[in-house]
Amino acid sequence: MSIPVTPLAGGLLIGISSLLLLLTLGRIAGISGIVWGALSDPDRSWRWQFISGLVAGAFAIHALTGRPIPSPSDAPLFMAVIAGILVGIGTRVGSGCTSGHGVCGIGRRSVRSIVATCTFMATGVVTVALLRAGGLIS
Amino acid sequence: MKGITGLLTGLLFGAGLALSGMTDTSKVVGFLDIFGAWDPDLMWVMGGALGVTLLGTPLVLSRAKPVLAASFSLPLSIAVDRRLILGGALFGVGWGLWGYCPGPAVAALAYGELSTVIFLGAMIGGMWLAGRLGLTVSHLKN
Repeated sequence: MSIPVTPLAGGLLIGISSLLLLLTLGRIAGISGIVWGALSDPDRSWRWQFISGLVAGAFAIHALTGRPIPSPSDAPLFMAVIAGILVGIGTRVGSGCTSGHGVCGIGRRSVRSIVATCTFMATGVVTVALLRAGGLIS
Repeated sequence: MKGITGLLTGLLFGAGLALSGMTDTSKVVGFLDIFGAWDPDLMWVMGGALGVTLLGTPLVLSRAKPVLAASFSLPLSIAVDRRLILGGALFGVGWGLWGYCPGPAVAALAYGELSTVIFLGAMIGGMWLAGRLGLTVSHLKN
């Protein structure tokens, strides 16, 4: 089995970023929390910086490496609405997402984050299996 | 330095997301499609990121305080409750339906797709709705 280089390198960058944010500002790099905090918390400067950095960093990778921009999803737009609402409700009710629970939380050995990560991975897998069973993906 | 720390860490994170394949919805759906045409590549994203945080976080947290802040801002809650499970479950369904979790969705604004703006608008609406419905504080019985 060969190791896919760009996923591993990307993962390392994500981990290093998370660790640096904790080391410098003492903050968890949980994107759902950062997005909501940018809109609702008085301490929003670093959050808007981080959000801007996410967009600029992604742009820079494609601009500098020539890596092709991913094709947009061909699922109908109403699915983006339903999915977005579920992601928004779920990450606030469950206090985190892939980054906050999956990368930072497990990194600090939080039992809550391990449980949350297993839960959203499981329902994500079941959702895709149902989409496939329903002929909605091929 | 504190002034642009958020920007610099965000740049690294966004670069990592774009490099990893997490901003490609078909790649993410393929990763979750373990009973179909499974594409295991994104396991390495989690592996790489967790390798760093599992090793580094204890070292960082052994400090009395962060370098540029008065204290660490860590979640206080330790209870594995129904809210955690319900929220995680709903999030996973949304993730599987479209292929974006919050970080990649924000980073993918760089691609200028209308569908990404719609997804993020709906996500923020969902975050607001969760508060309005009183689901974000411990109103649910365990």
